[in-house]
Amino acid sequence: MDTTLLLQALTNGLLIGMVYALISVGLTLIFGLMEIVNFAHGEFLMLAMYAAFWASVLLNLDPMVSLPLTVGGLALLGLVTYRGIIAQILNAPMLAQIFATFGLGLFLRGLAQYLWSPNFRTIERPWLGQISGGTVNLGGVFLGVPQIAAAILAGVAFAALYLFISRTRIGLALQAVAEDKSTAELMGIDSHRMFALGWVLGGACVGVAGAVLASFYPITPTVGILFALIAYIVVALGGFGSVPGALVAGLLVGLVQEASPILFGVPTTYKYAVVFALYLVVVLIRPQGLFGRF
Amino acid sequence: MDHERATQGIGDKALDGRLSRRRLLRLFAAGAAVPAMSLLAACGEASVGESGGSSGGQAAPTATTAGSGASSGGSPAASPTSQGGTSPSGPVRIGVILPLSGVAASVGADEKVAVELAVKIVNEETPDLALPLAATAGLPNLGGATVELVFADSQGKAEVGQSEAERLINQENVIALFGCYQSAVTKTASAVAERAGIPFMNGDSSSPALTESGYQWFFRTSPHDGDFSKAIMAFIRAMADEKGADVSTVSLLYEDTDFGVNSAKALTDEAEAHGLQIVGEVKYKANTTALTSEVQALRSQGADVLCPASYTNDAILTIETARQQGYLPKMIVAQDAGYTDPAFIEGVGAAFAEGIASRSAFSIDITEIKPAAAKVNEMYREMAGKDMYDGPARCFTAMIVLLDAINRAGSTEPDAIREALEATDLGADDTIMPWQGVRFDEKHQNILGGGIIVQIQNGEYRTVYPFEVATVEPSYPLQPWDQRGA
Repeated sequence: MDTTLLLQALTNGLLIGMVYALISVGLTLIFGLMEIVNFAHGEFLMLAMYAAFWASVLLNLDPMVSLPLTVGGLALLGLVTYRGIIAQILNAPMLAQIFATFGLGLFLRGLAQYLWSPNFRTIERPWLGQISGGTVNLGGVFLGVPQIAAAILAGVAFAALYLFISRTRIGLALQAVAEDKSTAELMGIDSHRMFALGWVLGGACVGVAGAVLASFYPITPTVGILFALIAYIVVALGGFGSVPGALVAGLLVGLVQEASPILFGVPTTYKYAVVFALYLVVVLIRPQGLFGRF
Repeated sequence: MDHERATQGIGDKALDGRLSRRRLLRLFAAGAAVPAMSLLAACGEASVGESGGSSGGQAAPTATTAGSGASSGGSPAASPTSQGGTSPSGPVRIGVILPLSGVAASVGADEKVAVELAVKIVNEETPDLALPLAATAGLPNLGGATVELVFADSQGKAEVGQSEAERLINQENVIALFGCYQSAVTKTASAVAERAGIPFMNGDSSSPALTESGYQWFFRTSPHDGDFSKAIMAFIRAMADEKGADVSTVSLLYEDTDFGVNSAKALTDEAEAHGLQIVGEVKYKANTTALTSEVQALRSQGADVLCPASYTNDAILTIETARQQGYLPKMIVAQDAGYTDPAFIEGVGAAFAEGIASRSAFSIDITEIKPAAAKVNEMYREMAGKDMYDGPARCFTAMIVLLDAINRAGSTEPDAIREALEATDLGADDTIMPWQGVRFDEKHQNILGGGIIVQIQNGEYRTVYPFEVATVEPSYPLQPWDQRGA
């Protein structure tokens, strides 16, 4: 086996894995907090990518410059979704909760296609694609600059999120609500505000992911479906509600997807099959996922 | 007492919470498992389709002869039971299945405009256009009846295409079906038409298996991947023999549905026939998040020429990844689809698309030699806001051929339409394509069509092969990625 090839596959896996992790963390955060699966998560990602695209077309801002706008916009979308939809169905039957977010996803996808046509959009000459021609050669191992930036930003976002949740008073309150809502309320924590905060954070994370992804992936109304499917696997693999779990599982999925063709000679057409097989094995042995609490 | 009830209540609530939590977990796991299973199943299906396709191809001749014998003897008996006939006074309704949402929605939307344009030309008087039915309003042989299209969205999924075909036939009472872009969708939808005994016209699916299976009701105006693959390999051979290109080895990259799999089979056969060596092939899962490992595999194969078969999303991703990972063959000659979608040039940027070639059935510079094509393109641009390209042009042509046959049949009876389709004989000037015309063989494949090779030069698709009809010289080899002015 060629070591350069293997190294290349491993770095590719780590880079895409960081993006998977960043997309998944918003999903797992919301689930851990209120046990609602946001089936519109992929569409949030799609909207973030479109936000970056339109900022580049209309305002002439590179996705890296418009990043705060995208993140802010998605955080706002998370808040609006919570206040407008989720808060209304907190005590509704579970099926209603599932279909509310699922329906929101369908609606957003249809709206995007109606407003912006189903055409493939790409951002012209993103800065990240310009730096050293968009690629770095480390002794035969090629790394895409946008992918490196995506991985670094994902790392930063994870660190910030982790510090916020574990080191600040609000973060602790968030954890308390996730742990036991009724008791937290007895301690004077407003669970609705914490829920809203969870949606804001979830939206912000997927906003970062969308902004970096827009630099190197074609944008269409259906782009979210593919990444959301991976995100659900990552969340289930890492453990529902676990932020470190999302990171580890995201990297794992990326590595397995990229390295299995090189290491085990799996035909590339089956690379997702290996990921799903891994998921099935983990769920059989540890139904709660790698880092799940229950 | 009250206190007790209260604690009990809390206990119940807690229990409820835990139950729902567990139920939710289970539901979620099941929900994630379903797509996982379907993906696994899709992988399995693709490999089954491969072997099934080849055996179907071998079985086809017998099926055709048996079928045609049965149809000539059995058509009078079949016509009373056939469904879908409409009253001659109303409009002629045709069901059109296209991917109007989903990953291929951009092509689907453009093809929808193309067939709408064809119907507009037939329904209204368009005197200064030399195409069948253009000069008159409506279908003259049906008392000037107008044509009405009933659109259905396949979402690019084979099973949706199938159920929509059933709905169009049984509930919308269409007299013919049309579509469906992806070969995998056309396969299931045309099987429905075959069972119902309704003509199915296709212009934009290229899997050879579609006509090889000997269906009685399926017609295809466009060349299939067998013909197109011949054009691709003949082009590479001609580049080596006549233009001094140093190319002898080929890598294949193809997506894992009917289109990619059958295209790879045809390319492999034609490569051998043209003395070119296939040194490796990489099959990948269609619509993927990353193509890095696939491009790695191609790089290690080190072939002179890459022949990819991909839809738009994957085509953009392939070139972006190749650029980032420093993979550059001497030539890229693609199997149409994503590589001729104008979104492809925009997606990778004109500088990086420069020099990439693809087979095609239509190229915008055909308008320079065919006045009808120029006029149609002008009308198309008014409706769609962009120039016509391969897929829409093929759909437009197929729709004109179908409506011409319905008019000649002078009836909406399925058998009459089929007979008229079989008798189709259009000349080179009756279409907007660079073809000799349209005439169907016994498998209902147009034998007068042909493929051309286009190459992206200065951000536009230009015809480079066959050399007789080329509008520019082909460029060779591909320029290194980092020496292109971005």
